[in-house]
Formats: sequence, structure tokens, C-alpha cells
Amino acid sequence: MIEIDAITKRYGGLAVVDNVSMVIEPRTITVIVGTSGSGKTTLLRMINRLVEPTEGVIRLDGEDNRSIPGYDLRRRIGYAIQGHGLFPHRTVAQNIATVPGLLGWEKRRIDTKVEELLTLFQLDPAVFAARYPHELSGGQQQRVGVARALAAEPNVLLMDEPFGALDPIIRAKAQEDLKAIQKHLETTIVLVTHDMNEAFHLADKIAVMDKGRVLQYGPPAELISAPAEPFVGALVGDGDRPFRLLAIGATGAIVEPGEADGEPISETSSQQDALSAMLWSGRRALPVISASGLPMGRVTLDNLVKHAARPQ
Amino acid sequence: MRFRFDKLGIVIAVLAVYGLLASPFAVLKPNRILQGQAKTVLEALPPLAGGVLLAGLALAIVIALLRAPATLRLIAAVGALAGLVLAMGQAAGFLTPDGNTYARVSPASGFWILLFAFALLTADAITRLQPPPWLRVLFLGVAAVAIGLLFVSGSWNGLSIMKEYAGRADVFWSEAGNHVKLALGSLVAASIVGLPLGVLCHRVRWLRASVLNLLNLIQTIPSIALFGILIAPLAWIAANVPGASEAGIRGIGTAPAFVALFLYSLLPIVANTVVGLAGVPRETNEAARGIGMTNRQRLFQVEIPLALPVILTAIRIVLVQNIGMATIAALIGGGGFGVFVFQGIGQTAMDLVLLGAVPTVALAFAAAVVLDALIEMNSRVAKGGRAA
Amino acid sequence: MRFVPLLLRLLLFAVLVSFLVSPDTFEPLLRPLVDGGTPAIYNQGSLLSLTLQHLEIVFAATLAAAILAILLAILVTRPFGAEFLPLSRSLVNIGQTFPPVAVLALAVPAVGFGAKPTLIALFLYGLLPIFENTLTALQNLPRSVTEAARGSGMTAMQRLLKVELPLSLPVIIAGIRLSVTINLATATIGSTVAAKTLGEVIIAGLQSNNLAFVLQGGLVVGALAVLIYDALSALEAMLSRRLGLR
Repeated sequence: MIEIDAITKRYGGLAVVDNVSMVIEPRTITVIVGTSGSGKTTLLRMINRLVEPTEGVIRLDGEDNRSIPGYDLRRRIGYAIQGHGLFPHRTVAQNIATVPGLLGWEKRRIDTKVEELLTLFQLDPAVFAARYPHELSGGQQQRVGVARALAAEPNVLLMDEPFGALDPIIRAKAQEDLKAIQKHLETTIVLVTHDMNEAFHLADKIAVMDKGRVLQYGPPAELISAPAEPFVGALVGDGDRPFRLLAIGATGAIVEPGEADGEPISETSSQQDALSAMLWSGRRALPVISASGLPMGRVTLDNLVKHAARPQ
Repeated sequence: MRFRFDKLGIVIAVLAVYGLLASPFAVLKPNRILQGQAKTVLEALPPLAGGVLLAGLALAIVIALLRAPATLRLIAAVGALAGLVLAMGQAAGFLTPDGNTYARVSPASGFWILLFAFALLTADAITRLQPPPWLRVLFLGVAAVAIGLLFVSGSWNGLSIMKEYAGRADVFWSEAGNHVKLALGSLVAASIVGLPLGVLCHRVRWLRASVLNLLNLIQTIPSIALFGILIAPLAWIAANVPGASEAGIRGIGTAPAFVALFLYSLLPIVANTVVGLAGVPRETNEAARGIGMTNRQRLFQVEIPLALPVILTAIRIVLVQNIGMATIAALIGGGGFGVFVFQGIGQTAMDLVLLGAVPTVALAFAAAVVLDALIEMNSRVAKGGRAA
Repeated sequence: MRFVPLLLRLLLFAVLVSFLVSPDTFEPLLRPLVDGGTPAIYNQGSLLSLTLQHLEIVFAATLAAAILAILLAILVTRPFGAEFLPLSRSLVNIGQTFPPVAVLALAVPAVGFGAKPTLIALFLYGLLPIFENTLTALQNLPRSVTEAARGSGMTAMQRLLKVELPLSLPVIIAGIRLSVTINLATATIGSTVAAKTLGEVIIAGLQSNNLAFVLQGGLVVGALAVLIYDALSALEAMLSRRLGLR
């Protein structure tokens, strides 16, 4: 659990982060969104003390993050940034081994960890371990960057626009992978982005920042149904609200008994995908199958329309 | 608030205190070659002058130590330098026994250390003030006038270096003329050849590598060797080409030195012209072409103005380098300040070495300041042009 | 085709070594440059030992210069030394205006004749390119990389040794290369203050009007400079390639 308690950062007289308090639950993905200059990156960087706050406290699992030296703190917290920041003079394996090396792990344990992570990120260790960063594609570099951040098995992973440098197709894949890995490792992730779609796609909770203040902090559905300020509404996009609602719900959640014709849809697909498939194929219902391929029932257009309406 | 010393001030204070207390200020020699007696500040100056100098330097040191405003630090530093220089002149008169024309007084290590310490403070103050280019040139002019006045006033006439000068005043100025002619003349010649060659290398790809490689190769030959190697072909030309020797071409003397400096100057000029032209943004060139400029118009109205700062940088490198290297011309009878340096080394008369070395350094320094200012003004124009 | 430059260098190296080991073999080549009775090959000492002493002086001076210059550049880029950064930049600028001969000549009063003033002049003159390059390299590291180093919990010392210096190495080596090339040529001037370098050969040639001496002295220094320059360039290119910089 990360408790951010009345944190403020001033440069000169200007408050870049202004009296922010929020609690980040363990094993969730929290996304901080905002325009550039909103203070979101500074807030993130105060968690691992790359930036020292002017006022306020941040507690990790109840412990003040200033109770140990900054570099020790940062070894316990994963950190991944835009443009990956891989060390160009070290191989992929050496890059991933950075923090375990700093922590003085045994070589055998490090090797096992590197191999495990490469496999987890779908990079064949035999092929990639000995390569240098510049020999990888952008998507591969980004995955190695995240793998490096996770190498010392941190409970918390901080990510600053981690997918900002990727093209849209690779970005979508990277987001899927991140979700899967977060489920697998149960890491607490705090991610900063200016991309609203990314926020809705990944977040368990979203914090919207503007001019150094958190305007609203809550689950995605709450931001859509009850924007705290006009700015939040504008950021969410009034015209997009029903679609955003559908986008954050899984098809499996609204399955009803019954049958339907045609191509089935997976329970893990979003409700927006289901709507899209219906509109495109001109059907009013789709058969739903489970992740393992068994028929579960169907989803109907009426039901989707009901779920896209403003929650009461 | 916690009180903090200026870190550079500490360095300067340590240097200055060491220079004042632990090293000799001046040295008194029975004649121009023999070893002399070292004198401390208080021994070298009349009591009153010594006291005033000590007090003044102490004040300057305190100002350096405190985090004083840069302008005040500059005034303190310049004041200290002026005090040191005047005190040196005083010391000469004070130490030389009356009527003794052989005895020589020279600055000793303490003087040089103090000079260095306060020059450092001056440089730091000027760096902190970030004066615009024209003001830096003005500073240089003021310094030059002050040094000129110092010589005219005759307050340094008792010093050994000035006695060396007094014996050779005519030669000094003719060698100074030689030095400048060599350094500047070869630069002008190299610019006339190098700029078009650079443009050509930029436009004709295959020429670039071979020309630059050849010029690079010339740079690796040490200057004294290149001077020497050129003696033979020039002697041959003087003997066999009609009119050549009348034009001043000879095997030894100025001609080989001039040619050697010219050859060394070519590489920076050609290379930087190529780099400067290559650095012109592609879009700018495209735009120039797009609005219908001919190749020639594009070259003179777009490419060369944009490449100018880089080309001027080459001119600066070459001029500073030439002023230094022209000293070596003296080894083959080419004249210049090197004459005094090598004569001095030959006679182990170090004040004579100084008579050659100090003007060379001053000349190179002045050239660098002026050209740096020019470069900065021009890159501002280029930047401003881009922003508009 | 790619091997031609390498072959040329190996050939140059072979010629250089054989000339130094057995200069008399090359006598017929240099003979036409001098009149009947004058020797065509330097005869007042061993060319090989002069070459080795020349290299030794250059190597010692450059090594000392590299150590000090790199340390200074590190110092002024740390928070502690940041106050000195602007001044150090102007000092580098000013220092480069000091001509090598002047530095050499000015060192003589302080330390006397021989190898010492040469060492001092080469040391001082070697400082500047290395300092400037190290400074440039340390100040222009990619931000994402230095950020990542901090973010992964490296201490300031670990960042310096494990990230900043390794990444700066190619540019530092380029500075050392520049220093060595300048110093190889400047060392010849050291012989005017009685240092044992190849300058002796050239100066002997100048004094006795012996073009063969001048040429052999100059060419040996030139060949050394070309070979060392190329070797360091190759090293630099190899490191840069590994860093994916080119």
C-alpha cells in the first residue's frame, strides 16, 4: 500500500505538486493522467524519491519512504520510463541483472531470474540475452526495460509513460502484456500517462491531475458517470462516455443464458468489442465462449445498451 | 542561514597566500645569465609599498573568499593585478644597487603564482558576468591600453625583461611585424584557397575523402620537419624559376615557414567549411531551391551565411595555431618572436625567452578573444534569422 | 576492398619498424637528397632509441594528462564542483591559446633543460583536449539512461563508474587521440631544450643543412602519428559500435 499524505513540491515559489493525498491499494494498477505540466511525473518521482518533496509524507506499507537512503529505496521499487533508458553498453541480460547485481544476489539466482523474465516477456533467452539494446526493435527494448524494472521482484512498479515511444499496434500489445504480467506477479503498479484510452484500458483506479492537484481519484466507471469537475469530463470526452463504459467492462460479465448465431466472442473481450462485432455483422446477439473455448451463453444488443447508459 | 565560503575563493586564497608567504617575489641577479638571490615581498619592496601591497592583496583575497557580487570580484581582481604589476616595477628600482648596470631584477615564482591566482579570479568574475561579445573586446582593449601605458610610463624599465627589450627595440618590432605577417598572411592565403576548396569538397563527394585525408596527413608531420622539408623545393624554385628569387622565395627564411603554415591552415578551413555546409538544414536548402534560387544564389545567400560560425571557428583555430607555430619559423631563419625564444634558450637567458614568449601568448590570446566575439555575434545572427 | 586500408597500415608499420631497426638498408633512398660526402642516415645516435624515448615522453605526459583531465572533468560535473564548471570552460578556452613553444620555453626557467620542460609542456597541452572531451561526454549522456540509472537505485559513485564513464569512453578516447597526435609533433620541439626526441634528428638536419635528416625525422614522427591515430580511432569506433552510436 502506498499512502501519499499531503505531498507538495515547489520549485522556486511555484507548486508543481500541490497538497496531494491519495492511497494506492496493493496489487492494483493505478494510472495518473493529466496534461503535460500537470505534475503527474513529479508526483510519481516523489514515490521513489527521484524528487524530494517540499512538504508531506509518502508511506510504503506504513513506512516513511525517507527512513532509508534514496538509492536503497529505489532498489526496492521498480522504475520504467519512456524511451526505456536501457544501458547501451550492457547486454540485455546485464541490463536486466542491474538491480539484483546492486543488491548483491548470487550469480546463479540472477541468471535464473533473467531467464525467467525473458521468457515471461516472450524473448527467447538463447537469442536475446547476449544482444545489445541497439540490436532490438522498439517493442523489444520496451519489454526489456520493464523486465529490468521487475528483476528484483519489487512489490511496487512505477512507470512513466512507458509506452509513449511505441507505435499504436505494438502499444496495444504491450498494454495487454502488462495487464497479464501484473495479474501473474501481483505487483502494485503506478503508471503515468497522458493517453486517456491507455488509462481506461489499464487502470483499476485513475487519478486525474491538473495544475499540481488531483481533481478526481476513483475507479474508471466513476470518472465517467460522475466527473468531479468539468475538466475531468472534458478529458474523458462527453461524446465517448458510453463507449468508455463498455470498454472497461468484460463481455463475460453480462452473459445471459440463450443461443445466438454466427461467430462467437470470447468472454475476455470488452463489451465495446462485442458491440462493434454486432454492428459490423448486423446481428442483435452474439454467442459467448469462455477463455477455454466452451459455450457460455449469449450477449444481446439490448443488454449492451443498458450497460452503456448512465449508471444510476 | 549558514555562512559559506566561495569554493574558488578558497583555491585562490591558498594560491595567493602560498605565493605571498612561501615563495620569492623577485630575484636579483648579478648579471643577465647568472643565478640570483630570491627576495620575498617585504625584502623586495620599500616598507611602505610592501605594506600597501600586502594590505591590498589581503583585501582582494577576502573579497574572493566571500560570495561577493561578480562586479566587485572583478574590480578586486583587476586591482590586485594592477598592484602586483606596479609593485614589480617598484621592486626593480628598489633592488638594483645604484649605478650598477649589470645587475638584473626579474619576477620570481611568487609573482607568477600571484599573477595566476588573480588572473583566475578575473577570468571567473568575467565568466560569471557573462558579458556580451562587444564588451569582452572592450575589456581586451582596455587591458591593452593599460599595458601600453605601463610601458610608456617607464615604470617597468628597471626590470630585466625590459632591459632585454631596450637593447633590441628595433629588432623587436621588426620581428613582431614578421610574426604577424607570417601568421596572418598564411591565414589569408589559406582562406583564399581553402574556402573554395571546401565548397568544392562539399559539392563533389568523391573529392572530399581524398582531400581531407591528404590534409590530415600533412598535419601529422611535425612543424619543424615540415619547415625543413620545404627548404629544398623552395631553394630549387628560387634557383630555377625566373623571377622567383626576386619575389622573395628562398630556400631558408620566411618562404618555407609561410608555405608550411599555409599547408597546416588548410585542414581546419577546408574541414570546417565542409562541416558547416553539411550542417545547413535540408529543409532550408529545399526551401531555397523551391523558391527558385540558382545554385550560386543558394551558396552565397543561404549556405555560406548559415555555415559562417563554423567557418569562423576554423579561422580562430588557425590564427591561434599559426601565432604559436610562427615561433618555430625562427629555427629556419624565418624570423618572428621565436628569434628571441631560441636565442634566449641558446644563451640560457630566460628573460630573453620571456621577451619572445610573452608577446606570443598575448597575441594568441587577443586573437582568440576577438574571434570568439565575432563567432558569437555571427551565430546570434544565424539563430535570430532562424527564429524569425 | 575493405582490407586495403588495413594492409596499407600494416605495410607502413613494417616499413617503419625495418627502418628503425636497420636504417642503413634505406640509405640508397635518401642518398640523392645529400651531397657526396655527407651521411644520409642519422649518425649521432640510434634512431630506434630516440624513437623509443620520444614515445616514452609522449606516453608519460599523455597518461598523466589523461588522469588529471578526466578527474577534473568528473569533479566539475559533480554537484560539489559545479561552481567551477563555468570557469573551467573558460580556462580550457584560454589555455588553448597558449602556443606549445611558449609553454615549453616558459617551463625552462622553472625546471631547467632536458626532458622535464618537454614533459610539462606536453602534459599541459595534452590536458585540454581530454578535459574538453570528457566534459562534453559527461554532460551529454542520454537523459533516459542517467534517469534509469538513478531509478534503479545506483549510488552516485555506481552511476559514475558503471554508467557515465563507460558511456563516455569513446569520446574520452577521441580526446586522448587528439592529445597524442598533437604531442607527438610537439615533442620534436622539445629537442630545442635538449630533450631526447626525434626532434634531435630534424634539428641536426636543419643545422647542417642535411635534408635527409630532416626528412627521416619528420617522416618517422608522421608515421608514428598516423599509426597511433588510426589505432585509437579503431578502438573508438569499436566501442561506439558496441554502444550502438554508429
